[in-house]
Amino acid sequence: MSDSKVTFGFWVYLMTDCVLFASLFATYAVLHGNTFGGPPASELFSLPFVLIETLLLLTSSFTAGLALLAARRANKAQVITWLTITFLLGVAFLGMELNEFASLVHEGNSWQRSGFLSAFFTLVGTHGLHISVGLLWLMVLVAQIIRRGFTKSTVQRLAMFGLFWHFLDIVWIFIFTFVYLMGAI
Amino acid sequence: MERSAQTHNAGHGTVSSYATGFILSVLFTITPFMVVINHVMTGWMLTFTLIGFAISQLLVQLIFFLHLGRESKPRWNILVFLFAALVVLIVVVGSLWIMNNLDYHMGGHEMDSSIIKDEGIPQQ
Amino acid sequence: MNTAINLIAHVGHHHEPFDITAIIMPVMLVATVVVGIIAIILLTIFKRWGWAIGIGKYIWGNWLTSLDPKKIGVMYIIVAVLMLLRGVSDAVMIRAQQALSTGDSSGVLSPDTFQQVFSAHGTIMIFFAAMGLMFGLINLVVPLLIGARDVAFPFLNSVSFWLFAAGAVMFNIPLLVGDFPATGWLAYPPLSGIEYSPGVGVDFWIWTLQIAGVGSLLSGINFLVTIFKMRAPGMTMMKMPVFVWSVLGALVLIAFAFPILTATLAMLSLDRTMGMHFFTSDFGGNPMMYINLIWAWGHPEVYILILPAFGVFSEVVATFSRKRLFGYTSMVWAIWGIVFLSFLVWLHHFFTMGAGADVNAFFGIMTAVIAVPTGVKVFNWLFTMFRGRITLSTPMMWFLGFVATFTVGGMAGVLMSVPAIDFQVHNSLFLVAHFHTMIIGGVLFGLFAGLTYWFPKIFGFRLNERLGKYAFWCWIVGFLTAFIPLYILGFMGATRRLDHYDASMGWQGLFIVAGVGVAIICLGIFFQLLQLGYSIWKRRENADLTGDPWNGRTLEWSVSSPAPEYNFAVIPTVHARDQFWVSKQSSAKPVKPRYTDISVPKNTPMGMFIAAAAFVIGFAIIWHVWIAALVGLIALIVLIIIRSLDEDTEKIITAAEVERIETAFLARKKQGQLA
Repeated sequence: MSDSKVTFGFWVYLMTDCVLFASLFATYAVLHGNTFGGPPASELFSLPFVLIETLLLLTSSFTAGLALLAARRANKAQVITWLTITFLLGVAFLGMELNEFASLVHEGNSWQRSGFLSAFFTLVGTHGLHISVGLLWLMVLVAQIIRRGFTKSTVQRLAMFGLFWHFLDIVWIFIFTFVYLMGAI
Repeated sequence: MERSAQTHNAGHGTVSSYATGFILSVLFTITPFMVVINHVMTGWMLTFTLIGFAISQLLVQLIFFLHLGRESKPRWNILVFLFAALVVLIVVVGSLWIMNNLDYHMGGHEMDSSIIKDEGIPQQ
Repeated sequence: MNTAINLIAHVGHHHEPFDITAIIMPVMLVATVVVGIIAIILLTIFKRWGWAIGIGKYIWGNWLTSLDPKKIGVMYIIVAVLMLLRGVSDAVMIRAQQALSTGDSSGVLSPDTFQQVFSAHGTIMIFFAAMGLMFGLINLVVPLLIGARDVAFPFLNSVSFWLFAAGAVMFNIPLLVGDFPATGWLAYPPLSGIEYSPGVGVDFWIWTLQIAGVGSLLSGINFLVTIFKMRAPGMTMMKMPVFVWSVLGALVLIAFAFPILTATLAMLSLDRTMGMHFFTSDFGGNPMMYINLIWAWGHPEVYILILPAFGVFSEVVATFSRKRLFGYTSMVWAIWGIVFLSFLVWLHHFFTMGAGADVNAFFGIMTAVIAVPTGVKVFNWLFTMFRGRITLSTPMMWFLGFVATFTVGGMAGVLMSVPAIDFQVHNSLFLVAHFHTMIIGGVLFGLFAGLTYWFPKIFGFRLNERLGKYAFWCWIVGFLTAFIPLYILGFMGATRRLDHYDASMGWQGLFIVAGVGVAIICLGIFFQLLQLGYSIWKRRENADLTGDPWNGRTLEWSVSSPAPEYNFAVIPTVHARDQFWVSKQSSAKPVKPRYTDISVPKNTPMGMFIAAAAFVIGFAIIWHVWIAALVGLIALIVLIIIRSLDEDTEKIITAAEVERIETAFLARKKQGQLA
């Protein structure tokens, strides 16, 4: 399987994922005011918390890039190091997000409370699901690199993972801008 | 064969390009957060500023992390991206326009007075 | 099945209205079991188990586990035809009900069954019959048309097919257990929400479409990459056959519209299973957002269906007019005009729901405009025929039938693009007649033309022309007889989905005529099945020895019929449009080719297993058995990881073997040319 077909194919898949997220964003935009008497976004979200989350994910996107560069130089130790850091940052991001979800549910603002909250949990939750898939992928990838080193397929898969991980950070830009920042206004 | 080797080399960055992208992204992240937290501006100015930072960071990441535009011709990646962006815009803006209009015209009793005023409907 | 149980329980009490499915379902179930038992007895008595197992092994090894898109295409078509037959039975029941159910008669179906029948009819026809035939055709011929050996991602192709098949299986399960949705083919909330549809019908619908939908999306990506990246050397985009351009347009639509469906179905499912409030009528939900999103997908979907059919006509008309296609460049622009515009018209499906004049005006104008590129295409086909040497083969007849029906039905669409008119006929039988004209006269006739045209390339023999023409005439006469009354009834005020109407409406006569029409269509289907059986029986007389039975223009006719597994022994170099036609005109002696080893994908059952895991997940969620869903998910992940670790996925066809196959073809070709 040639390099450029897989890269292009994966890129097209990422574009379709953009449209999926767009549908969820559109729904959030339409429903964000439908709090059904509950607290609005400005009362529910903590911006400093989200800023830390954002920087964690952004840094993990950067370290993923560094892992890719190390792979070009076939430096196995560096690749595994950077990927591990990426993984830990990703887990930290996810942990913070789950924490936020848990406290919202705990105070009675679950996805069942209103259209607004359904849309919020689903949009942000879908991003979190993608992150989870990415972390699982990363684990399998690291295992493959440890066992088989840099074959054509492991290098290619690493590159695809990089695309996926960067894409998720880009989606997050729009989530923190339109959900959290605009929500706080 | 040659073409894929070209793609292979053209599609990757260097440490400095990733680092530049990272630093710019951090800047484009922290700034809007500070703008909102410190109530630097309000209204349409604020909205446009936030959108501006989001789009700027999008471009930074597309260029420095995803290396968009660096593959050899034909540049199908860019074409597919542009079409996706178009569909995203249509779905989001289109949905908002439609749903907004539906709310206005089909809103409950609380909407009646504004629609009566806008449409100039004579009242007894 | 539930109705059957109810009916038996209430025998003698006459509380339930008469429902024919309560009789048909148990009878069919019993018949199936009896036939199965008889088969087992016969196999045992005549000691033919070895033979039966041999057949099973052949089907498993040569078909079910194959990654050859030609085989996958045939399997798509088999599943699609079976689902088409199911959809037609639903149509027969609908026509029977509406022909009989007026005044005191309640027809042959209970109201609830009727709701399920038309919901199943629409769902099956669009997602399984039309999409299935379309993907089948695309698999069969696109690699051949672009001079490629395979698709970009052969394993993914297998996964796509099996997801499609899993969806088809899932949507047949309510025949045995559970219910069908009673919410129409698009299941609008709040009716489809958990409050008003508490049963499993809507959940079956959601998960069938999610599974099949992912299959479609993956196929869209797969063939998009195939067309962009795997064309034969020298085949620039503007040298591709127009069928490939139309498929490319459809694939772009698939890639960018299906994610909207996935998201929307997921949100409906979340409302139903996790108590969310996207589309509920309270708690801040907005049911109109569902309608908005589902049609943002739904409109591109209908263009996904029609574009490949248009593409078929471009190939068929040029071939059977012995003339190159008129206006190639304008055809390509028309396709992209249609693709772009199809994302800008979706509101015309709900003009009447109150978005107001500004919004309606914009979408109305866009809808009228989209008729223009379609018109360009029709004129180009007609101009191609002008001064051509026309052969009225069966595919050409399907094209002519299309021109007669689609253009008129399309004008009905332009009529409805005017919101003021649409307000009168929205959701009437006029609308129903319009879209059936588009889908039958356009999509189905196009796919029938394509299947007939490319049949010899895949199976090595031609279909019987005479029976094909009988089938065509039955279809077109039947279609007009069934749907012209519906256009009229729509103008008389008949709404869609009526299970009963007042005798004073004066509609029954027209409904009876429509019923006769569907019977004639059934005769047409009978002729098609007869044609298939007869042609198989006479396959040696109708064998396509030369590989070029129609004196064709494009690359697929340069290889043997059936095409070899690797398609091209030597990848062709392309210098012009219709390269094969150009090569045939030149008197240059063919150079003896140098054969090399060819690598093709190995068979694997993993695609089937992955789809089975997806099926388990969907089925478990439908019945709220969360543990099973989790098990299915883990199985899915494990299977994907196992496949990713498999390094041995290709097999070699040696140069010697290729030479043997090609030499045999050349001998047959010579024999065919002498005949």
